[in-house]
Amino acid sequence: MATVQPGEVRRGRGRELILLVLAVVLGLGAYASVSLAVEESLPADFYAHSGVLVLLAVVLHLLVRYFAPYADPVILPVAVALNGVGLAMIHRLDLAAQAAGRSSELATKQLVITAVGVAAAAFLLAFLRDHRTLRRFTYTAMVVGLGLVLLPLVPGLGNEIRGARIWIGVGDYSLQPAEFAKLALAVFFAGYLVTNRDTLAMAGPKVLGIQLPRLRDFGPILVVWAACLAILVLERDLGTSLLFFGLFVAMLYVATERVSWIVIGLTLFAGGAALAATQFGHVAARFEVWLNAMDPAIYERSPGGSSQLVKGLFGMASGGLFGTGWGQGHPQLVPFASSDFITASLGEELGLTGLLAILLCYLVLVERGFRVAIGVRDGFGKLLASGLAFVLAWQVFVVVGGITRVIPLTGLTMPFLAYGGSSLLANWLIVALLLRISDSARRPTPLPLRGGPLVPTTPEDDDEPDDAVAHHGPVPSPEHEPGQEQVTEIIRQEGRA
Amino acid sequence: MNAALRRLSLVAFVMMLSLMVAATYIHVFAAPDLNADNRNVRTIYREYGNSRGPIIVDGESVALSTPSDDAFGYQREYPQGPLYAPVTGFYSIVFGRSAIEYTQNSVLNGTADSLFISRLEALVTGEQPRGSSVEVTISAAAQQAAWDALGDQRGAVVALDPKTGAVLAMVSKPSYDPNDLAAHDTSLVNDEYQRLLADDDSPLINRATTNRYPPGSTFKLLVAAAALESGAYDADTVIPAPDQLPLPQSSSIMGNFGGATCAPDEEMTLADALRISCNTAFGQLGMDVGADALRSTAQAFGFGTSVEIPLKTTPSVFPGELDVPQTALASIGQFDVAATPLQMALVGSAIANDGVQMSPYLVDTVRTADLDVVSQTEPSELARPISATTANTLTDMMVGVVTGGSGSAAQIRGVDVAGKTGTAQTTTDAPPHAWFVGFAPADDPEVVVAVIVENGGNLGAEATGGAVAAPIARAVMQAVIS
Repeated sequence: MATVQPGEVRRGRGRELILLVLAVVLGLGAYASVSLAVEESLPADFYAHSGVLVLLAVVLHLLVRYFAPYADPVILPVAVALNGVGLAMIHRLDLAAQAAGRSSELATKQLVITAVGVAAAAFLLAFLRDHRTLRRFTYTAMVVGLGLVLLPLVPGLGNEIRGARIWIGVGDYSLQPAEFAKLALAVFFAGYLVTNRDTLAMAGPKVLGIQLPRLRDFGPILVVWAACLAILVLERDLGTSLLFFGLFVAMLYVATERVSWIVIGLTLFAGGAALAATQFGHVAARFEVWLNAMDPAIYERSPGGSSQLVKGLFGMASGGLFGTGWGQGHPQLVPFASSDFITASLGEELGLTGLLAILLCYLVLVERGFRVAIGVRDGFGKLLASGLAFVLAWQVFVVVGGITRVIPLTGLTMPFLAYGGSSLLANWLIVALLLRISDSARRPTPLPLRGGPLVPTTPEDDDEPDDAVAHHGPVPSPEHEPGQEQVTEIIRQEGRA
Repeated sequence: MNAALRRLSLVAFVMMLSLMVAATYIHVFAAPDLNADNRNVRTIYREYGNSRGPIIVDGESVALSTPSDDAFGYQREYPQGPLYAPVTGFYSIVFGRSAIEYTQNSVLNGTADSLFISRLEALVTGEQPRGSSVEVTISAAAQQAAWDALGDQRGAVVALDPKTGAVLAMVSKPSYDPNDLAAHDTSLVNDEYQRLLADDDSPLINRATTNRYPPGSTFKLLVAAAALESGAYDADTVIPAPDQLPLPQSSSIMGNFGGATCAPDEEMTLADALRISCNTAFGQLGMDVGADALRSTAQAFGFGTSVEIPLKTTPSVFPGELDVPQTALASIGQFDVAATPLQMALVGSAIANDGVQMSPYLVDTVRTADLDVVSQTEPSELARPISATTANTLTDMMVGVVTGGSGSAAQIRGVDVAGKTGTAQTTTDAPPHAWFVGFAPADDPEVVVAVIVENGGNLGAEATGGAVAAPIARAVMQAVIS
């Protein structure tokens, strides 16, 4: 039963500001510590860097105040903190590269991309005044999503980097369209599932105590499964394939509440992965690396050996409980230390303590996302918010799990932390969407005043009235409706009573 | 949908939790193995990144770390290079560590458990953690004297303080320059290391503690000790000293050095036999005392056991099974008897210190970078192989060796020196090894020294322990006494 607690009608913008200050101080403190440790002076661009980061945080905060005043106050600061810590580590690795005589300005590039990401998030926040608008683009999102996924396969456009064909080259830049496809597919799945959830939840035959869905409803999951396998085979990317399939199964479960879909999904994927592992050398190699990373023969093997993974483990181990401190470890010894392996770099310099703090930040972000999904009233919003929250958690799990040998290593990047434009941009858009949905979730509703009980409640599964609004009615204005403060006050008092 | 959402958020929570568990496992439980993995260059980087403590002799650093501009941060330097190489060992990024650099690594790099408090202080004060200094027992004067006196001859010198067991000098020649192995250019280091390994003279070997040589006539000290301990002999006991000693059960005949006659009437006192190092007298004495008594005396002096000083040492050997002619040969330090120079110094130190053999040690004091004492070695007793009476009798007999016998080259003006020479046959064609074991002053010994010069040194086939090794021992003893 979803209930909006009386306390939650506090908008929380003040709390958001305080947390934002902490987040910015954390990021800038890390940035300064790196240079102080390595060069014994503040970074040359410290004030410019600080200015940009503070400006971005302030602009976002003001935009949220204006366009989404009831948005969750924790989501934005956590994203800013992670982004700031990531910038500091990228800067630290820049310094290491410069010390070795290579020119490296990744931190500056990443800051530019952060600005672009924040601008995109601001744009989304300002122009998407109601997330339900997105439901109109369900099938457009599908076409866009699948198109983005397939883009790297277009000859002349796609680039194969380190065996995986998931990049496209645009001028001097490389993009990972899959990061954006993740968003489009979340919108598509949410729109599709909210319409078809009843059909998909229909009970079919019972096998081994599990109530299976009707056979005729297997179509969609088979299509997505086939698409994910196609990514695995054609683009040779286990990570993206895993990401999309996990997203789909999770959202399917939320929509239907049927565990059988999860069992079916996992079985299908495990079967597909096992088939791929036996049929394709690169997948088999990944599994071998995962299981026998420390084996000297596999360590020495090139390409496809475990040396990167093991070097990451060495880095984390040398960090111990408290880490070497910013700038005092050797994270540059691990290949791709600023992108794929930034978690290992942070583990080395910040230690287990720092790594756990970072993972807790993600956990907070994800759980706030789920809280938004529970709080929001329409089914589409629930599915979209939970999909976005889950895809974030899932990506973190796949990345860090790969580095810590919980699962085989894949080529995904850590949201917000890792160097890489596509990922950062896409994740800032996720933040904007979560903020938008949370605004709607936390906004006090006048509905209960219409003769109903004064403690506002939300019908758990009956989302039709909201959906109707989304499809046919005008988009509700985010501006304050007259009398709203009064309503809030009444609810508060009732809540205390 | 909310029930499913709650469950899914629980799934996300469990996923994050599993990552935290995995991270904890790597950072804490798997870390020791990962840090010790030889493919992990970080451990070396980190060690070099910290200021490693110096190794100190008489207040001066013989190994120290100085800041360097490369990725390692510090360069290990050995100001006196080869002179102290057997003590310091080397510290290489490619080939690891040896000697004190190896055995005292954890205090030198500051990771030892005993340094926990000082690491904690460094954490609180924000200071860069620094390694502790290791002060060794070596006397710079004795070490230098031994080095100079040995010259370019192959051999080794060990000097001990018989009252404490402190190692005062430890020289092995030819030596090597640890600076070449501590360089950060891995290909240069590799070339140098391969060259040292291929060198026929094995400069990387510490001859003082790891090479075994036939002890020759210096072993007569043990035969005499066995005889005295048996109670049937004293210094003045007259024993047979034939010109030639036919060995029973064989056709071999034992003669004396250069075919000389020991005594006109073919018998002499035990003291005189030792003084002129009469082979036939000691061959017969050994057979009379018996192989078992010789073996137990040798074991009581430390043959067959390895001591750590803390460098690992090779145990010396007294054969397990001996027939009668072999016993005669063993009694003059031939056949399969083999001893390290350190072992012979330990024999000398037991005689010098009234029968009490002190444990040899090289590390005196460990201090933190703030000069707080972390540990200081307390002298300890290793064994009591002989009684004080036997020790004093032997001392008097050894003084006779230096004042009027084979060891006269070890005399020091105004000081009574006790000693015993040895000239050990190796193979028939190679020149003999020259030995000297002695201590001074005889009545209140401050230093005991054992010298070996391989294959006669500069004198070649003409060499004797008295001519080649005794002057070296004299130089070392004089350096300590004065």
